[in-house]
Amino acid sequence: MSVTMKDSEHINSPQGVDKRDPILSVRDLRVWFELRKWGFSHAGYVRAVDGVSFDLPRSESVAVVGESGCGKSSLMKTILGLNRPTEGDLIFDDMRLTEMGRGDMRRFRSQIGYVQQDPYGALAPFMKIERILEEPMIVNGIKDKQERMRRITKALTDVKMTPIDDFLQKYPHMLSGGQQQRIVIARAMVMEPKLLVADEPVSMLDASVRVEILKLLRALQEERELAVIYITHDLSTVRYFSERIFVMYAGQIIEKSHVDDLIANPRHPYTVALLNATAEPEAKNALSYRDIPPGEPPSLVNPPKGCRFHPRCPHIMKGVCDEEESPEFEPVAGHFVKCWLYSKEHGDGNVVVNP
Amino acid sequence: MADESVLLDIKQLALHFSASQGVVQAVDYVDFRLDHNEAVVIIGESGCGKTSLVKALLRLLPRNVATYEGSIHLKGTDVMKLSDEQFRRQVRWVRMSLVPQAAMNALNPVIRVGDQVAEPAIIHLGLDKEQAMKQAVQMFQHVGVPIDFMTRYPFELSGGMRQRVAIAMALVTVPDLIVLDEPTSALDVLTQANIMNLLKRIKKEMGTSYILITHDIGTSSELADSVAVMYAGQIVEESDAMNFFSEPLHPYSQKLMSSVPRLHGDTEPDFITGQPPSLINPPTGCRYADRCHKRFEKCDEEPPIIEHHDGRRVKCWLYADEGG
Amino acid sequence: MTNFWNNFKNITQYPSAIAGLMIIAFLLFISVYAIVTIPYEEAVRLWRGGDEVWRTYPRNAQPAWVNIFSQTKKSNTIILDSLDENDNVEKTVTQRGENIDITLVYTFEYDADTFPQDLSLFMTARYIEKQPFASMTWITPDGREIRIGDMSIRPAETYRMTQDSRLLRRLGDNPTVQQGLFITPDSDPPRPLAGTYQLIVEVALFEPGATIDDVDAVFVSYGEVYGLAGTDHRRRDLSVALLWGTPIALAFGLLGALGTNVITMIIAAAGVWYGGMIDATIQRITEVNLILPVLPILIMIGAFYSRSIWIILGVIILLSIFGASIKTYRAIFLQVKESSYIEAAQAYGASNFRIILNYMIPRIIPLIVPALVIGIPSFVFLEATLAILGLGDPLLPTWGKVIYDAQVQGALYNGFYYWVLEPAALLMLTGLGFSLLGFALDRIFNPRLRGVQ
Repeated sequence: MSVTMKDSEHINSPQGVDKRDPILSVRDLRVWFELRKWGFSHAGYVRAVDGVSFDLPRSESVAVVGESGCGKSSLMKTILGLNRPTEGDLIFDDMRLTEMGRGDMRRFRSQIGYVQQDPYGALAPFMKIERILEEPMIVNGIKDKQERMRRITKALTDVKMTPIDDFLQKYPHMLSGGQQQRIVIARAMVMEPKLLVADEPVSMLDASVRVEILKLLRALQEERELAVIYITHDLSTVRYFSERIFVMYAGQIIEKSHVDDLIANPRHPYTVALLNATAEPEAKNALSYRDIPPGEPPSLVNPPKGCRFHPRCPHIMKGVCDEEESPEFEPVAGHFVKCWLYSKEHGDGNVVVNP
Repeated sequence: MADESVLLDIKQLALHFSASQGVVQAVDYVDFRLDHNEAVVIIGESGCGKTSLVKALLRLLPRNVATYEGSIHLKGTDVMKLSDEQFRRQVRWVRMSLVPQAAMNALNPVIRVGDQVAEPAIIHLGLDKEQAMKQAVQMFQHVGVPIDFMTRYPFELSGGMRQRVAIAMALVTVPDLIVLDEPTSALDVLTQANIMNLLKRIKKEMGTSYILITHDIGTSSELADSVAVMYAGQIVEESDAMNFFSEPLHPYSQKLMSSVPRLHGDTEPDFITGQPPSLINPPTGCRYADRCHKRFEKCDEEPPIIEHHDGRRVKCWLYADEGG
Repeated sequence: MTNFWNNFKNITQYPSAIAGLMIIAFLLFISVYAIVTIPYEEAVRLWRGGDEVWRTYPRNAQPAWVNIFSQTKKSNTIILDSLDENDNVEKTVTQRGENIDITLVYTFEYDADTFPQDLSLFMTARYIEKQPFASMTWITPDGREIRIGDMSIRPAETYRMTQDSRLLRRLGDNPTVQQGLFITPDSDPPRPLAGTYQLIVEVALFEPGATIDDVDAVFVSYGEVYGLAGTDHRRRDLSVALLWGTPIALAFGLLGALGTNVITMIIAAAGVWYGGMIDATIQRITEVNLILPVLPILIMIGAFYSRSIWIILGVIILLSIFGASIKTYRAIFLQVKESSYIEAAQAYGASNFRIILNYMIPRIIPLIVPALVIGIPSFVFLEATLAILGLGDPLLPTWGKVIYDAQVQGALYNGFYYWVLEPAALLMLTGLGFSLLGFALDRIFNPRLRGVQ
């Protein structure tokens, strides 16, 4: 009896939804692009995303870190519904991407906000700010002009573009980079999304305003209990903005962990290299060379056999790393790493590869 | 009076452009100096005149120049007094070369990279093709690009490799000074670190001096012997790297330093409110005053460049009582 | 869009654009004036009309304003109609027994230095059986009386004095009738006598009960100059064709430029957006279309199907839709497609249709507007070219058809320069107006062309 009560409560009150429930589950996702020779004959696949799984709880911010070409953009576009997965599935708020019809797809897209890298390019140069902010609502069938204006007002207030009348009638090129990025964020918010995907939202901005935009995004995320996927190549901004980090390399997530743990105790040799390469502004940097693995990320058409990092890895175990792909190990609770060094039989399970 | 121990001594260098709305004071009477085998980093936000400073240094001027004056002493000779032709023959690429912004995309797509690297040696040093190619081979070795890549075209190389090729192009004439305009901005973290390692090694092995233009303070610390901070067309602080990164003087430098997100430590990063002023009608008085957290009455007047007691120079009234 | 209009306002800074706009405004004014004063059917009727419409007009007369520039004053056309309430024609009746006589006296001033081209009398008469009988007398300013002739009048009678050989003989050794009638006696070279002339037509009617209204006559002294634009070989007033040619040229140019550019742009945008097969198909069609010779196809259509200007226009648009500009637009759209604002629109669910129309096309409007304006004259010229090749519209008067007629009639060999120059000047004016405006718009919308001041 009491169980049924609880269930009905759960259904009736959206507040009863557990914050830890995943809003987004990604299951063994593969996004491959077919390469064609002479325009038709098959010539292999670009394995942009190759077996990625994770759960993203409601109201959690997670950072996806990796170099260009590691597949983070393809992953992001698949989550936004812009790419079709080759294999695997994506479950967003109990909707399965693979089972969606047209209408579901539209509803799905409208619930994911998207903040892009280049704020100027992300705004149609021939539209006024008001129109730019209205477009998502017009597209998604909010016909009431007053309701649209109410949401625009709220979104602009949220991103601190006040008084809003100063901006509504302007064109994007009349605003500074920071202001443009706020408009992009406001546009992502007008549909009151449950998930926000931010693709390097500050990398094109000046150093002096980056932190401001990140803080603004953080405040929005906390206030609205948004789930956020923050895509970046810059590890140093992550800890101000995200709870967890996924490190991507050559189409795969190779390490998942809470931010502090990852920065203090990186496990995967690639993560270590990334942290080594991230410069803090200190004069002593000039006196020494940085310890960086040689080489470049592998081709996604013919990724190396075994661990994809093994050709560059300083800790390579011949016969293991170059033979078979590593599963995920969990050396400490909540810290997952895809590296043989942490297996019982090959490594000692607790290697220290400190920066 | 010409001091040959100083590699580069710039005094009162100005470069103004005329635009339809008025005169853009992109470089507004700046001074700085650079010793042999030293690297100076010029830090500033976009639109502060960094790139115009590069143009002024290498005399790569657009057509709408309104003012171009001052002195640039390179090893004791004032290159501002040379004619354009003399400058091209004697200075540009011979003693001072450039790795332009987004250099890796600036390579000619239809010429093999080996030939592109040899080209400046043929034009500026007057070497014949064979000697120039020999020189190019050496440079490829220096910058860590395999020799067999010399016959490839730019699109066949990765971004990092192309950036190395661009550096080899700047190096091939063995200049005293290389100007690097945002050399790592479009590159990945690991590639960035690799390029910075390379630049350090070249500096050590070849005794090259650098002027590094960047907005990325983290990267700048990798190479800097000294630092110049640019704001709204002016240099507001000139300092040695050690002191600058531990304790910047100018309020703008302080804010800039504290806006850098850090991997470790507890400091919350900060940001600067407001916008940099327009270079067309910059405010009289201190140009940073409107955004400054330490503003006081005196800031309505333009501050002089004040020599701090440890030899640093700062354009701020806060330090007026010192040094004197 | 407002951005677009803001840009448009900048036009005032470009004198060439203002000049262009003024020329276009002038052409538009002419168009409106033509359509209002000569309705469409009327224009078609006039232009296709033969002698019944144009009989009172001189043949191949130069425009009247040539007299301003010429030392010898060329003769004007004089039309005197007894039906007009006109002081210059006096109509009187005298009783003759039970019948009446009607006397028509035409009085006019003549002060030209050349003789008239022709002289005609168009008479109408009402009777039951017996034709009225007219006798004509010419009175010169110096008082000489010359008998012209007698004739009985049918219901519609045209008497061309200049072709009356008996009259010519009666006038002595003058080579033409008009010279004989107007000559200053004993002048050499022959020179017309200035002053007041009279033509007296006495008509005797033979049926009792006839009234004064039973006989009327129009006297025409055809001049060597006529009106603003002159006339052609079929006596047609060229101003009709020049006036009506303006709206037709503008409509043709505008529809042609608009039709091809807009449709091409939409097709290019759709091709780029959908990509794959659709894009490839459009590209192949374009490539095939580019090798089709447009002019021969148009000539064939004109010869075998229809020469209607609107059908030809339709075919031209059809053939230019998949023209070279589709490749240019495609290149631009390929760039636009990669813009991240389009990716954002996709992410918030904008439909393909909306992305093409609201996101891609507005982006290149600044490029297309100047191209469109500059493209208008080329369609106007194309119409003229077709008309000159004999493919002009069978009904409508157009500039091209005027040039065609002039060419066929050997206008330049015969010294009828006005016949070719008038339509040519209008064509050039159209080209100039739209080019001035178009190039200025290009500078406004595509500021990279704007030099640094």
